Amino acid sequence: MKCQQCDNPAVFHITELEAGNVREVHLCEEHARVYLNQSEGGEGGDSGDPGAGEGKGSKGGTLAGSLGVGQTAEDLAILDKRCCDMCGITFFEFRNQGRLGCPHDYLQFEKELDPLIANIHGATEHTGRRPSRPVPAGAGDAGSGTDGLTAIIGLRRGMKEAISREDYESAKDARDAIRAIEDAWMPPAAKAGEENA
Amino acid sequence: MRLDTLTNSIGEWLRGTGPDSDIVMSSRVRLARNLAQFPFVSRATEQDRADTERVLRERIAAVPVGRELDYIDVGHLAEIDRRFLVERQLISREHADAQGARGVAIDRLEQVSLMINEEDHLRIQCMHSGLDLHGAWEQIKVVDDQIERVVSYAFHPRWGYLTACPTNVGTGIRVSVMLHLPALVITRQIDKVFRSLHKISLAVRGLYGEGSQAMGDFYQISNQTTLGRTEDELVQQVADVVPVLIDYERRARDFLVRETQQNVHDQVSRAYGILRTAQTISNEETMQLLSRVRMGVLLGLIGDVKLSDINSLLIRTQPAHLQKLRGGDEDSSDDIERARYLRHHFEGGDSQSRASAN
Repeated sequence: MKCQQCDNPAVFHITELEAGNVREVHLCEEHARVYLNQSEGGEGGDSGDPGAGEGKGSKGGTLAGSLGVGQTAEDLAILDKRCCDMCGITFFEFRNQGRLGCPHDYLQFEKELDPLIANIHGATEHTGRRPSRPVPAGAGDAGSGTDGLTAIIGLRRGMKEAISREDYESAKDARDAIRAIEDAWMPPAAKAGEENA
Repeated sequence: MRLDTLTNSIGEWLRGTGPDSDIVMSSRVRLARNLAQFPFVSRATEQDRADTERVLRERIAAVPVGRELDYIDVGHLAEIDRRFLVERQLISREHADAQGARGVAIDRLEQVSLMINEEDHLRIQCMHSGLDLHGAWEQIKVVDDQIERVVSYAFHPRWGYLTACPTNVGTGIRVSVMLHLPALVITRQIDKVFRSLHKISLAVRGLYGEGSQAMGDFYQISNQTTLGRTEDELVQQVADVVPVLIDYERRARDFLVRETQQNVHDQVSRAYGILRTAQTISNEETMQLLSRVRMGVLLGLIGDVKLSDINSLLIRTQPAHLQKLRGGDEDSSDDIERARYLRHHFEGGDSQSRASAN
């Protein structure tokens, strides 16, 4: 059997269930990859997961791509330019790839992610397990989260930029700030292993 | 660890001895975790990836996770070895195809695998033979807790464990079972089953990714959502539906035996005959025929083949396994080699297969 998109042999035979209807799709590996990236939900594959081919996702991508619905082009253009203070990813980049850049994005884009996550999971509150280790006092506005530690991502980026413009004073400040955060946050075994980082 | 030592063994999950292993091949739980102090993998620089890999590798080596682990540097493996690990379900296709520093820690039984720098910094997986989701969950909890003692996972009080893709946020858990459902396929009930699973937010996928029936009637059922319910509830969601599917498949098998025994016996015997005598055979056809033979063994229509053998052949007849088994013989095609391997494997089954094996 030939791929429905080209002349290569169809090796993926996908049964789509849509609103009670069954539709069969026959594709070569390459077109299947494109198709599944467009239509299938995360992991599939648990792609991400061995074996199962949890197909990697792109429910996140698809939904992220459709976030613009209901917004004016102007609103969306402004939103797309917003970027994360820590990793620098723009909202546009996230919408395009369906992958976030760092843990801080969940705070930076909280308002936009809230409806997206509600859409994917039908819930917006984690009720499962929590890290058992205590979070340092004064860890910032994320409450019991780890955002204080995630600040290192921004500091490291700043340090690199400072070095490239030969502003060694700022680079040193950033390095000291990173060390202070690590001292407050890292589990003892972790700090020892981090020395060479 | 030398991968060659794996070539001659099979993973624990292929033993075919766990509960309900006539239908449930394996039970798997995986957790997605990220370190708080590094960007997610897709945003990470080469240096970030190298640092993440080193930190996780060193920390994981420093804590007891209940199993002795061997570390494989996937970033420096040859392509065939990466494919080999994918076929054994120890790493994902994406992990095999990715760039930069990455690795996997696995235990000798191939029950536990920890992928570093996949889509998330860490993907912990526990895979058990047969229906044993709770066993896999209990085991993975220990691994997760031990690692959490020495790293800071990215966590938000409201969102839970933070992941690169919002589809995994919260618990980061994916609970799945791999089912062998040939009778539901033959009796054309499989679509109906999929539709009902879809309605209760469970995902259905094929054995190696998304190709489905062509890959030998093997299907993976897994949870789709990861936020808003506890890990125990999500494990239970999948665990609850499996007995129902087992019951459907058993009834379909009974029906086949009762109503169309001659036909089924013929199908199974032909499949067995082809596997023992073919001179060239594709991966796809092999999977399909092994599926039928597996059903034949379970229905008592074929007496001299062990379930674990069939399970093992499903993996060993995959391209990278075959290539490793045959060594550097590049002259022979995969399909010819696969047929030769199958004939050799079944050699001794009867005089005809012995004669044709050479």
